[in-house]
Order: sequence, then structure tokens, then C-alpha cells
Amino acid sequence: MSVSLTVNGTVRQSSLDPETPLLWVLRDEFGLTGTKFGCGVAACGACTVHIDGEAVRACQIALGDVWGPVTTIEGLSQGYTLAPLQQAWVRHQVAQCGFCQSGQIMQAAELLAQNPAPTDAEIDEAMAGNLCRCGTYSVIRAAIHDAARALNGGSAG
Amino acid sequence: MSRLGKITRRTLLVGAVAVAGGAAFGTYKIRKPVTNPLRPEHGASLNPYVIIDQQGISIIAPRAEMGQGVHTTLAALVAEELDADWESIRVLHGPPAAAYFNAALAHGALPVPDYDLKPWQRRVTQGLGAASKLLGLQVTGGSTSTVDGFERMRLAGASAREALKAVAADRLGVVRGDLRTEAGRVITPDGTEIDYRDLVEAAATRPVPQVELRHPYEWKLLGQSLPRSDMRAKVTGQAEFSTDIVLEGMKFATVRICPYLGGGMAGFDPAPALAVAGVERVLDLGDGVAVIASNTWAAMQGAEAVAIDWTPSHLPATTDAMFEQIAQAFAARPNSTMRDQGAPDDIPAGIEVEYRVPFLAHSTMEPMGATAVLQDGHLTVWVGNQAPREHLKVAAQAAGISEDNVTLHTVFLGGGFGRRVETDITRQAARIAALVPETPIRLTWSREEDMRHDFYRPAAIARMRGAVEDGRAVLFDAQIAAPSVTRAALGRIIGRQMGGPDKGHVEGAFDQPYAIPNYRVAGHLADLDVPIGFWRAVGNSFNGFFHECFIDELAHAAGRDPLQFRLDHVGVESPVAGGVLEAVRDMSDWGAPVSENVGRGVAMIWSFGTPTAVVIDLEREARGIRIARAFMACDPGLVLDPAIVRAQMESGLIYGLSAAVMGEITFTDGRADQGNFPEYDALRMFNTPRIEVGILQDNPHMGGVGEPGTPPAMPALANALFALTGQRVRSLPLLPHADFLV
Repeated sequence: MSVSLTVNGTVRQSSLDPETPLLWVLRDEFGLTGTKFGCGVAACGACTVHIDGEAVRACQIALGDVWGPVTTIEGLSQGYTLAPLQQAWVRHQVAQCGFCQSGQIMQAAELLAQNPAPTDAEIDEAMAGNLCRCGTYSVIRAAIHDAARALNGGSAG
Repeated sequence: MSRLGKITRRTLLVGAVAVAGGAAFGTYKIRKPVTNPLRPEHGASLNPYVIIDQQGISIIAPRAEMGQGVHTTLAALVAEELDADWESIRVLHGPPAAAYFNAALAHGALPVPDYDLKPWQRRVTQGLGAASKLLGLQVTGGSTSTVDGFERMRLAGASAREALKAVAADRLGVVRGDLRTEAGRVITPDGTEIDYRDLVEAAATRPVPQVELRHPYEWKLLGQSLPRSDMRAKVTGQAEFSTDIVLEGMKFATVRICPYLGGGMAGFDPAPALAVAGVERVLDLGDGVAVIASNTWAAMQGAEAVAIDWTPSHLPATTDAMFEQIAQAFAARPNSTMRDQGAPDDIPAGIEVEYRVPFLAHSTMEPMGATAVLQDGHLTVWVGNQAPREHLKVAAQAAGISEDNVTLHTVFLGGGFGRRVETDITRQAARIAALVPETPIRLTWSREEDMRHDFYRPAAIARMRGAVEDGRAVLFDAQIAAPSVTRAALGRIIGRQMGGPDKGHVEGAFDQPYAIPNYRVAGHLADLDVPIGFWRAVGNSFNGFFHECFIDELAHAAGRDPLQFRLDHVGVESPVAGGVLEAVRDMSDWGAPVSENVGRGVAMIWSFGTPTAVVIDLEREARGIRIARAFMACDPGLVLDPAIVRAQMESGLIYGLSAAVMGEITFTDGRADQGNFPEYDALRMFNTPRIEVGILQDNPHMGGVGEPGTPPAMPALANALFALTGQRVRSLPLLPHADFLV
């Protein structure tokens, strides 16, 4: 038995048990290792991906329950051109160890899709589920504001 | 040496870099030449830090990139002198090799406070670097990387540049001195440009030119905030960590080791695990099992399903009993009394109190993991680690093969904080790979395995006596009891017990720049076998809390402003340390009236060569106490990359605040009670303070930046809580005593 799902625009088949969390299908079967395992209990956000545009914890979504197209960090940029959020991450030199940043960026992408000009408080609330042990929070917040400006046609930086 | 040549080529290939036809070339000499691990099999004269091939320039970083930005700063040291184009260089982890010894690790060896080192003592410690070289410790730790690389990596770049120029001069029939270099090219007076790639083969065979280093006034890269070399890979998901290596035919593994620390396994039944879809094998690791499956999830489900008969831990059954055992160390003679001024026994104590801090987990964002394969008798391991040579040695032992038959690739570390010095993950990966030869294995620990098999920051107790007179401290008498990290961790690394006074045990307490007439710090080593290890800032992480909270108590006992009280005692002893206190005073507008809903605390700790002061503002809100603002000032001397220094200061602060608010590992029957983030959390964006960082450069000696932000964060927070509530909490974490916003 195999499960069909669309990941970053490509239809793929998984032969894993439908109960397997999406995270491990992505990492182990599809080789999309940009999505990280941090806790397995939806407490850290390192595995955040989008299903049908919604930011979800891939460690908690069973393969058989995936309800729409999946986007991972690998699918965020267009070829060599980084997505606006990734560009803002680079401008603000956000990443330290970098392990949580795929999840942070995917969470932020959902926020900006819903709220093109979030306040500090709205960013803090949206990002509360994403842990960063290096403590890059202040630059993450700045990068989200910056990306929002860029997306709204303002000048970035 | 041919093996090291192979190792390097494999390393580079894994980094997606073709080195065929490339040449490494060399320069650096410290008394006698180091063996260059980058030597091609038929190589000539070499340099461990630079490879130029048809793809361009690669700079080899001898230290692990664990978030602290060390790849960027170390590469900039080479690039500055080499005149490489910053945007086009590649930075790679160096292979395990003696050439990459960390000489600066020995700088802290003398039992003297860093701030008070005499010039001759500094020379002695620099000589001790050679001892570190003999040991070949290729360790990333102790906030030493930049200090260690500062001279030799610039020399590597400079001599490579001059060798390239010499080849160009010969080829063109001009004088070397008439040539200049820019962005990876040699340029003649008439404007002719020759790419380094066209000179490198010949340059690699030349004798190493003697070179002078450029004056800092000439620097173009150093001193600037550079784009980090790892940034793009880390925002696109392309950065490879230990479990991101994809190999043909790979299987997925996890382990379940006896959680009752020091206990073992009497027997196990693999049947329930083998019934889990995807599980293929259950392996006996002696003190636990490894489960191999078609995916990591199945392996983790399988590991949970194995029925295991654990044998008990010999550790005390409760955390309280552990503290009692630590307290027993006070009854024995101290291991050290590294500060002993005046006559503390003759001064009656006005304050006599006890402080306690708990065990802490490193809780790196990435749980322990590794990838390994044993193929045709040769083991290849990919693991993010802070000590490649030690990991290589352990991998060879675990696989039962010689070190010559092991290739170890250091990949990005998803946080280190001291945890990835430890070789346990590599031992397991090598063992598993050896049990299933010809099968690549990706080993991923669960978060629970990671938290329950850490090498913890030890719990510690301090007994303090103090007295004040006329607004000044006249007595500061500290006894500190804890199991020794130095002995435990170094014992594991170098395989022998360190004797003598244990400086790491009392660092952050004995070595602070205060002028107090009766000043004593005694270290008592507790006999308690909980696995402990280097945790960001090590001894400073607990001694800083003891020292700076007690100074605060003395200030209040003297009826003095706690920041001015510090300045009065510090300024005379060390103007550099006084400088960081003045900086946070000015940044925070200390002394200005604040609302009664605000409490401010201050602390200053000199650690890893860098005095760092912190002011914390707490604000009482309807939902709880918010850590509203943090003002930090550090003085690491010469700053090579201000943005990275700032990032490390913020990082260290948040790491310390997280521990101070909520970090605590407790044990029941030798098993950690906390297994995952819900029980062992950290600050998140919403409860992290707004942080302002001031960087001073008055320190005449370069210090580290990865760790010094952590120690002052904890006492500054506790002191702010006292200012807000009047409650002096003498134990961590603070959350059981105050309703912080979490």
C-alpha cells in the first residue's frame, strides 16, 4: 500500500505505514532533511512545515492524515532566488546553529500570509511554539518585520 | 599520511567540493612544523588552512561551527591576509588532526585570576600551549577559538599570499614586492591580473616565505560584521547536521539505554519491537538496545516496545539525597583555596547563608545523532562534535578497528554548549555500524534519550560568610561544594585523572576583580557519580551566581546601591571590569527612578578573559513577572566581528536566563525526571527580554565571547527579583518562587 502526497509541487509516493508522522516520511524516505526533529511532541517547532498553507508540526501529523499539498523549507525558495523571508533572515544574519531556523521560517511564512503587517505582540504570539536554544529571537522578530515591509512593497533592510 | 590525505578528500567531497587538482599550501610553524593533514598523497609543502582548486578558495576551520560563528571569524583571519574574495570562499571543518590543536585551551591553566595575570604569567601560559599541542586536543571549547587562531590563521593566509606572489613574480620576471593582491588575484603594476588558481600548483611546492602580518589599520575584513559563511545554507535547509547525510541503502536507528544512570540491562525481549511495522533488528548494546528500522519513527516505536529488565542505579534515590552527599564534601579539607586574602577566620560574619543550584541539561536544539557506515573494513562517521580526534579514537575502539581505518567528518552542530565534546553518540554509532557492516546507519536519539543521558551541569552548594563596614565589604568567605566537572570530563577525554587543585571548580568565584581585604574561596570536591560535563561557562555558571548574588546581599547589608557598591570594589582592582559596570549603568540609566512595578538587578562576572556586566529589568504584569529588558556590556578586547560578538552575548544571556528561570534536572532512583521540553523548557520569543549589548575594547588582552554572557545573567535576574519583591531567593531555578511569565 502506498500513500500519495504532493511535496513542494511534486507528487510523491510513500510506502511507509500511514501512521508514520509526516516528519519521518520527509526526512527518511524523501531525503528532505531541511525539516528537523527536535522533540517529537510538538513542543519545539523544529519540524514545522505547511500543509495547504497552514503551519503544522510534522511530528504530529500522520502520513495518512495529510490533507493537502506539503511545503517544506526546501520548497520555499524559487531555484536560487530566496523567498523574501529567507532574504530577510540573511540580511539580519539570524541563524546561529541553524537547527531551528527551518521551522522558524516556515512558522513566520504562515504568519505573514495571514497578517501582512504583524505587531511585535502578534509576532511573539505566533512564534511562541518555536524554540531556539541559541537565542536568536530578537533578530527573528526584526527579520519578520523586515520581510513584511518587503512583501508590502516597502524598502527592506 | 596518505590516510589523512584520503580523509581530507573525502571530507571535502562530502562538503560538495571537488579538490581534485587542488593544492594545499603551507606556512605555520610553532617551534617545529605541524604535520599538515591536508597533504595530498603526493603532496609538497602544505598549510592546514588553505586549499585552492579550480572551484576557488576553501578555508579550513579547525573548530566546530555550533552556532557561535566561528567558521566566519576563523575564515576571515585567513582571508584578510590572503586577499580572498569573501563572498566566494568556502569554509570547511578540518579533519581530525594534531595540526589543529587548540593552544589557547592552556591559557587558563595557571591558578591565577585572568584579570590579574602578569605579563610573564601570560608568556608561561602561551608556552603551555605546546603541551596542549602534544596532547593534540582539537577541542572547541572554553571560548578559545578566536584567540587560538588569531595569529596562526592570519600567518597561514599571509604566507600563502606571498607564495602565490612569488610564483607570479618568477613567471612575469618582476619583483615580488611590486605585485599586489586582491580578491583572489595577483595584480602587476601594469594591471595584469593572474588568478590564484593559475598559480597554486607551483606555489604549493615552494619554500614557505617569511611574512609580516598586516597592521590592524590595514584590515578590510577583520573588525567588520561580515556575512556569515553558513547563513545561506542555514536558511534554505541545506546545512548538513549529523542526521542529514543521505546514503544509498541507509537504515534508521535509535537507542534505548538504561535510564537509571550507572545501571545496566539484565535482559530484554525484542519480540514486541520486532512486531512493529518497519522494525528490522534489535541489537544488544550491553547497557541497552539499538533498534534498526526502515525509518526513524519505527525505530523509536520499536525501542519503546522492547521489554527490558534494567538493573538499578547506585546513585542516591532522590535529588535531596544527592544534595546531602554534595554537602558532605564540606566536612573534608578543601581541594583548593585559590583566593585566600587577609584573615577571614578572624572576622565575624554579618551574613551567613547557603546557596544551591540544580543539575542542568544542555538541551541542544538538535538531539544527539550520527551517521555511520562500515564498508570493506573502513568506518566512516559523520557527527557534529567538539573534539574530532577523541571521537575518531572512540569510533575506532567501538568498531574494533584501527584509527587508520576510520574517517570522521565533522558536520554542523545543532547547538553544542559543551555537550558534543562527549563521545557517547559516536561510540554507539560506530558500534551499531560494526554490528551491521555494509549498511549505512542514521542514528537519531529521541529527545527523552538526550535529556536522560546528558553529561549534566553539576548541582552545587555554596556556603557564604560576609561582613560589611562603613559601606564596604570587609569579608567575603565562600566554600563551594560540587562534583568536579574537570575531573569527570577531562578524565573521559584524556583517559587519566587530573590531580591537584581544580580551578574549573571555583572559576567565577575565586577570580573576580573585587578588592576585599578578607577574601577567601575554597573548593570542595563532592563524591557523587552523576555523569557531569562541560556546560556553557562550566564552573562560572554556578560560581557566578553564588558570587554575584552574595555581593548583592553585602551591598544591601551596607545600605548601598548595588551597582555603585560593585564599582567601588572593582574599579580599583580592574579598570577594565569597572568599565563594563559603568557601561551598563549608563546604558540602563541606572539610578533613575523606576515604577514600583519594576525591579532592577545587576551582576558582573569576568570569565574566559571577558568581563561582562548585565542589568536586568523585571516588570510586574497582570499575567506574571516579565523579564522586560536586559542591558549587557562586555569587554573582550580587540573585536574581530561585532555582530557575532553581539549575537553570542545575547545567546549566552538567554541560555543563562532560561536556566535561571526554569532549568532543573532532578533524579528519582538515578533516572532524570525530565525528558522533554514540556518539563525542561527554555525562554521563548514572548518571554525573552529586549536586549541591548554594549561592546567595549579597552581590555588589552583578547577574551572569548561564546560563554561570558551566561554567568552574569543568572545572578542579575535573581538580584532583580529581590529588587522587585524583597525576596532573596538563594536557589535556582526561580520559577517555584516567583510567577515569571512562561
